[in-house]
Amino acid sequence: MTRFSLFSALPLAAAAFWTGSAAGSEELSFSQVERGRYLATASDCIGCHTDFENGAEPYAGGRGLETPFGVIYSPNLTFDDETGLGRWTRDDFYRAMNEGIDREGNHLYPAFPYPYFTLMPRQDTDAIYDYLSTLEPVHKEKPENELPFPFNLRQAILGWNTLFFEEREFVSDPEMSDEWNRGRYLVDGPAHCGACHTGKNFAGADVDEEYLRGGVLENWLAPNIRGGENGGLDDWSQAEIVQFLRTGRNDHTAALQRMGEVVVLSTQKLANSDLEAIADYLKTLDDDPREIQPSQDSAVMEAGEAIFFDSCAACHAVDGTGAPGLFAPLDGSNKVNSEDPTTVIRVILEGTQAVATDAHPGPLAMPAYDWKLDDGQIADVATYIRNAWTNSAPAVDAGTVEDLREYLSED
Amino acid sequence: MVQKKPAVDAVLVGFGWTGAIMAQQLTEAGLNVVAIERGGWRDTPTHFPPTIAQDELRYYWRHEMFQETARETLTFRNNPAQRALPMRRWGSFLPGEGVGGSGVHWNGITYRFLPSDFEARTHNEQRYGPLPQDMTVQDYGVTYDELEPHFDTFEKICGISGRAGNLGGTIQEGGNPFEGWRSDEYPNPPLEMTFAQDRFEESARAMGLHPFPAPAANMSRAYTNPLGLSLAPCTYCGFCEKYGCGNYSKSSPQTTIIPVLMRKSNFTLRTNCEVLHVDKHPDGTRATGVTYVDAQGDVFEQPADMVILCAYQLQNTRLMMLSDIGEQYDPVTGQGVVGKNYCYQVMSSVQVFYDDAFTNGFVGAGALSMVADDYNGDNFDHSGLGFIGGGYISCSTTNARPIESRPVPEGTPEWGSAWKKAMRESFLKTTSVGVHGASMAHRLNYLDLDPTYTDAWGRPLMRMTYDFTANDRRMTDFITPIAADIARGMGGREIKINERTGSYDSMPYQTTHNTGGTIMGQSPADSVVNRYLQSWDLHNLFVMGAGAFPQNAGYNPTGTVAALAYWSADAIVNQYLRDPGPMVQA
Repeated sequence: MTRFSLFSALPLAAAAFWTGSAAGSEELSFSQVERGRYLATASDCIGCHTDFENGAEPYAGGRGLETPFGVIYSPNLTFDDETGLGRWTRDDFYRAMNEGIDREGNHLYPAFPYPYFTLMPRQDTDAIYDYLSTLEPVHKEKPENELPFPFNLRQAILGWNTLFFEEREFVSDPEMSDEWNRGRYLVDGPAHCGACHTGKNFAGADVDEEYLRGGVLENWLAPNIRGGENGGLDDWSQAEIVQFLRTGRNDHTAALQRMGEVVVLSTQKLANSDLEAIADYLKTLDDDPREIQPSQDSAVMEAGEAIFFDSCAACHAVDGTGAPGLFAPLDGSNKVNSEDPTTVIRVILEGTQAVATDAHPGPLAMPAYDWKLDDGQIADVATYIRNAWTNSAPAVDAGTVEDLREYLSED
Repeated sequence: MVQKKPAVDAVLVGFGWTGAIMAQQLTEAGLNVVAIERGGWRDTPTHFPPTIAQDELRYYWRHEMFQETARETLTFRNNPAQRALPMRRWGSFLPGEGVGGSGVHWNGITYRFLPSDFEARTHNEQRYGPLPQDMTVQDYGVTYDELEPHFDTFEKICGISGRAGNLGGTIQEGGNPFEGWRSDEYPNPPLEMTFAQDRFEESARAMGLHPFPAPAANMSRAYTNPLGLSLAPCTYCGFCEKYGCGNYSKSSPQTTIIPVLMRKSNFTLRTNCEVLHVDKHPDGTRATGVTYVDAQGDVFEQPADMVILCAYQLQNTRLMMLSDIGEQYDPVTGQGVVGKNYCYQVMSSVQVFYDDAFTNGFVGAGALSMVADDYNGDNFDHSGLGFIGGGYISCSTTNARPIESRPVPEGTPEWGSAWKKAMRESFLKTTSVGVHGASMAHRLNYLDLDPTYTDAWGRPLMRMTYDFTANDRRMTDFITPIAADIARGMGGREIKINERTGSYDSMPYQTTHNTGGTIMGQSPADSVVNRYLQSWDLHNLFVMGAGAFPQNAGYNPTGTVAALAYWSADAIVNQYLRDPGPMVQA
């Protein structure tokens, strides 16, 4: 061990030397680095490029990202020469962000959201590069990706790019306000909201018609976040969207695991004007009216109501109104009414915890019911809450619950 | 071998209400603070979510929230002539263990003591003449006026539901007209009352009394406290005392302070670590830190510039004795102070049984009560009564939990079909009027170290010598009949009076309101700590908790315990840190 650490210390020293030159011979101004830090925060780079589970250094990569094609490990973004971006130039970095191609000319997997980052202008990617160059370099090898054939062949990405990727820069819509354009830029570019909230095709690429209409990943449903008429956030005011992104909670809901991470690492740290711009943009996205479901089997509804009364009503209230700001109202909930019941079932099965944010440091959780309710009971209560009060969504069957239960037990 | 930890500014022993309050106040002042808790970590989502929070077997019967008696308990006797025996199962009181302490399983009844309670000797002697010689009652050394802002702080941290009776000296309709002046209204309105409280209110009012809603740490509505922590509206499930609240509806260190603390870089919590003793500097003027043992049995020294005892009253007193700080109280000579003035409370009750009316006692909350304070403290003339102090009379709805709650009228057999029938008929049609009586200090009620029994580490157990006093008996004999009169006026078929007679019995549950042992006062001759809860012996040692009460009032103690902790923290931050040394010259 001693010998190993002796050797591993060498590249660190070298990296320190190289950082100086790689970051450019010109002096980095405070405002440029701060701008980069802000854009890196808005892009939530730290989220994927930090192995939180193992308490690793921020931005040093190594986090396993589950994709439908296998596990991809994020690379090290600190300026270590051997394992990070130490030898990268601003041009290299821009090419990666803009085209999804690394310094050696390899195609990067689109788990790295370059299809969104391509909208960022050169001065923005330069700023992020400059910020990353100021981080303490960490020597950290990235684990090999766990991708089966043919996804392990990077050439495959070339084909993917041909079909689904377009290199382009953000173009403002002169008809719309500066605020709206700023919001759209953030949503489609750095914040890459569509990566989760837009439905994907067989190849994991965004489907244009599904833009921000919700998507499923890692067996979580990222809800429809269109804020205009009939959109998932139709009943959220602009202020409520801002409040959610700023604090992780509002009267409708609390950010759960995946979005919670985004709020904690990214949105709670953004300027209010930017959150307002995002909300302003989302509120202009209308959607098609929701399909009204035929009324559900009355025996199922009756059983579901009884379970709801016993196990759920203490927090969510008998009339589904919850305790705004604390316990989510289920009546009118975007997540509950979603066509895809994944999140509803999952939350009942394994419970969930609202993340602690600067504004809401306290824990708030729903307990797991997997040990208390069987698949049929969970299906009944899920069907009930999806069709009680003003809600209307397809019924849930026990088989779907069973499948998700099995998937979660494999984790 | 004792391993030495890096020194910190302050080490806290125990992490319940006072530990959390102290940690919050001292870290806000920029100090580096370590808290050492002998129990484990506990939080709402992990340890008492709504799926298990109401498990009676686990919490009521198997005592999951309480200190493990197999590891450490105390011995008990009624008087010095007896041999004390260890309490192998908790009964009369239920000391908590783990993060949050007893603040997790409390009811949430959050009173302020009366202004006269803090000056019990001066006030009563001025009005009624000298107290009997054996009554070692004394003034606190701090006044209600001084504590008022700190009561207010705690009530806002907790989001207490209640109705003010005295706002800045002006009596308010519907509140407690006897309470000390308040600088502000309660942060939340009172809880919704049920049938039983309405009957109590009518009856008490008809008798000329002044009923008001009890101040409750059970939320009457959603509330966000000044630290940004949110509490949810109470669901009236009635599982408060002995239980953690799964719905974030009861204020506890977990729901009101700890999540904020855990995010601070200048705060460290060490759980499953038990402090063995306070370390003293050889010059005898100050503490140097504490010695503790972790779950693996490894022993550590934690050096600190300040040591603050925040454990339960019995534990703080015992730690003082085990650390050989101050002079142990001797009941024969009256010399010494550590262990002196152990006090408790004197409880009695009157049950009311209805024929047709449903009281539905399962719809309740820990502090869901209407209260009459007309016979508490010195709110009434004690001339010729032969006692001082009193108690509040209240009608609470909580505790109607299926295993624990077995209300039957007078004359019912204790088992068999007649008992079952009476249970069935009474369960939903009964309520109770309680008297929560004060306990005055007496020369022969005290704490010391047991000569025979030891804990898991081989250290002597605490020995409690306690019995009700003549003052206590006269008090309960006077007030219980008044409670019975109220109960008779509540429209039931019959009542059943449960008087407090005979010697104190350590088994049936009464209250977890043990006080004294590290009492506060005006001189080292009669107290362990000064008016700032600072040790007279070691100037950097502070002792929190109800151990500071020189005698116990007719109220639940948590509000006053917390106000004293805020008062002490304020003195530490604004006086002591500038000029470390005794804040009161002996």
